[in-house]
Amino acid sequence: MRRVTTFAAALLAGALTLTACGGSDSTNAQPEASGSSSGSAPASDIKVGLAYDIGGRGDQSFNDAAAAGLDKAKAQFGVQTKEAEASQGEAEPAKEERLRALADAGYNPIIAVGFAYSASVAKVAKELPDTQFAIIDDAAAVGPNIANLLFAEEQGSFLVGAAAGLKSKTNNVGFVGGVDVPLIHKFEAGFKAGAEAAKPGIKVQSKYLTQPPDFSGFGDPAKGKTAAAGMFDAGADVVYQAAGGSGGGVFEAAKAAKGLAIGVDSDQYNTADPSVKDVILTSMLKKVDVAVFDFVSSVNDKKFVAGEKIYDLKADGVGYSTSGGQVDDIKDKLEAYKAKIISGEITVPTK
Amino acid sequence: MSRLEPRKVAMTLAAPVIAIVFAALVTALVLAATGDPVWSTVTTVWDYGSKPRVIALTLNQATTYYLSALAVAIGFRMNLFNIGVDGQYRLAAFAAAVVGTSVSLPKPLHLLVIVLTAMLVGAMWAGVAAVLKVSRGVSEVISTIMLNAIATSLIAFLLSKVATDVAGSNNRGTDPIPESGHFPGIPLIPGSPLDSFGFIIVAVLAGIAYSVVLGRTRFGFDLRATGRSESAAVASGVSVKRMVLLSMLLSGAVAGLVGMPQLLGASYTYSIDFPAGLGFTGIAIALLGRNNAVGMALSAVLFAFLDASSVILDINDISKEIVLIMQGTIVLSVVVAYELVRRYSIAAEQRRVSRELASQGSPEREEVAT
Repeated sequence: MRRVTTFAAALLAGALTLTACGGSDSTNAQPEASGSSSGSAPASDIKVGLAYDIGGRGDQSFNDAAAAGLDKAKAQFGVQTKEAEASQGEAEPAKEERLRALADAGYNPIIAVGFAYSASVAKVAKELPDTQFAIIDDAAAVGPNIANLLFAEEQGSFLVGAAAGLKSKTNNVGFVGGVDVPLIHKFEAGFKAGAEAAKPGIKVQSKYLTQPPDFSGFGDPAKGKTAAAGMFDAGADVVYQAAGGSGGGVFEAAKAAKGLAIGVDSDQYNTADPSVKDVILTSMLKKVDVAVFDFVSSVNDKKFVAGEKIYDLKADGVGYSTSGGQVDDIKDKLEAYKAKIISGEITVPTK
Repeated sequence: MSRLEPRKVAMTLAAPVIAIVFAALVTALVLAATGDPVWSTVTTVWDYGSKPRVIALTLNQATTYYLSALAVAIGFRMNLFNIGVDGQYRLAAFAAAVVGTSVSLPKPLHLLVIVLTAMLVGAMWAGVAAVLKVSRGVSEVISTIMLNAIATSLIAFLLSKVATDVAGSNNRGTDPIPESGHFPGIPLIPGSPLDSFGFIIVAVLAGIAYSVVLGRTRFGFDLRATGRSESAAVASGVSVKRMVLLSMLLSGAVAGLVGMPQLLGASYTYSIDFPAGLGFTGIAIALLGRNNAVGMALSAVLFAFLDASSVILDINDISKEIVLIMQGTIVLSVVVAYELVRRYSIAAEQRRVSRELASQGSPEREEVAT
């Protein structure tokens, strides 16, 4: 009885929100809001739940890439979707509860975006063997109903590192990491290796904006700007940022210092503020959208595969962008590095 | 001791009740303004929050919040603002996790060592602020805020030294504490698959101890007296410096317990996603609960319930930020409400006294009193 009331209330709330909320809030204003599928997409009875870590849709980076994959799947297969987002500083049981609540509401599969969900997914997946889970950036949670979607960030970072090395005139480049966590260390390691490969002996400055549990380094452009400005002052002329929402500040600093910057996760030449477009040399692409779309597609085809799926250069899961044309002159060299990494001739370090 | 007068009880309850009602009204207005249906939001949250599993979750969260509020309240009673509970419990939990993995002892002893380590480290970190205050007169508000930031960096640095990376994981934490250092959960809520933190017993005991020590001992009297009026305390022979040091150490020791339910009852490791910010929630709860052991328990449950409901709001497309709005409004309005109630009760007291004096037949006094 209670379950029924909850459902009725939930449905009512959902429906009314849809009709009433014409743009009350940036996340709700997105076309994906909720409820039944609409438009020309074919109808599907698959309900996909997506659980973000802190930040959620609208971070112009990692989470937005996941959201883009979901939107694409929704348009193509007509699946129903629901997104939920973590609160700042919440404990692990809250994450479990989010996954359970999604499952309770009939969402299956459920995609957990980010390594923070590792323990929660492992636990809830065991409780709910009939629900299929995917987790991005984590291979520690394993089970017959868990797909681990992993990226070789170091390989993509190697290529943009090589681009930075080739473009640097001062023999000095910089790396700005959002938060000092192992995941971002992979970006740094790859970038350093790439710069060194392109120009042996090059100086690589490196800085992380915040230490966990302070995750503000992924969303504070002012911090990014200060850190990058310091690097340009110290002689760098290309700075790579793996700092999520703080990256915009790095672009501004590059503009002010007449230097260059490298974007991350998505092709930031297309999403950055138009005034800083000309400083974006390239972007390291981490195709979370492809991974999310592939996963939903596999479930849609009833071909769920548990275990690791690695998105590396070979699988075209990472790479570099060419929008803006600034790397056109070195593209041959970058492609050569890419071929060497794929063939295994170059092994990129991860830490 | 003063007996329970119904009038006094009503006055004490008035402020938090006014604050909560006011906050509920504001929240309802915000919901209405953003086009969310108010009533169905309430029923959704209520139905969700009354599931056994969610009750257990709420209680677990409340256990943590309660300990944090106690730590803050010890400072408040002494007129000290310990904003550093946040850094104190994180550093304490980290140290406890490290000690917990590196010693091997039989069950009750292992637990005891871990918990004592946490209390010691918490007290030590708070002690830094206390020593600065008594020796150099540094405001504890400033020093504890800065110590929070230092704790963050210190933990990050030490964690990179002791952590062993787990293959395939992007998390980073201390090695898990072995079984003998786990605090067993208790199936407190019937029908819930989720056990309650066994640490809830410790929290209850801490609450009782807080009440007894502050209300029934010489130390507690000195502490409250110093909090009310430093000069009066000095005049009656209380060493203020000693009281500052002691109460800050005590506050830090209790702060050390804040991370324990999570560490010993759920995660068994201190990793980069260990819950942060509990110290600040503790301040809000201590304010709402008026530093009263029972009051803070009720406030802790209320805050935990609101937090738990944010999950279901999100899934029903209602901005979960509404929970933050409600919590924020409660804290703001509770401060205002206490002041209003205080003024009202002073005025009421004056009227009562003047009435009594008037009945004794002293018209001049009456005019003075009113």
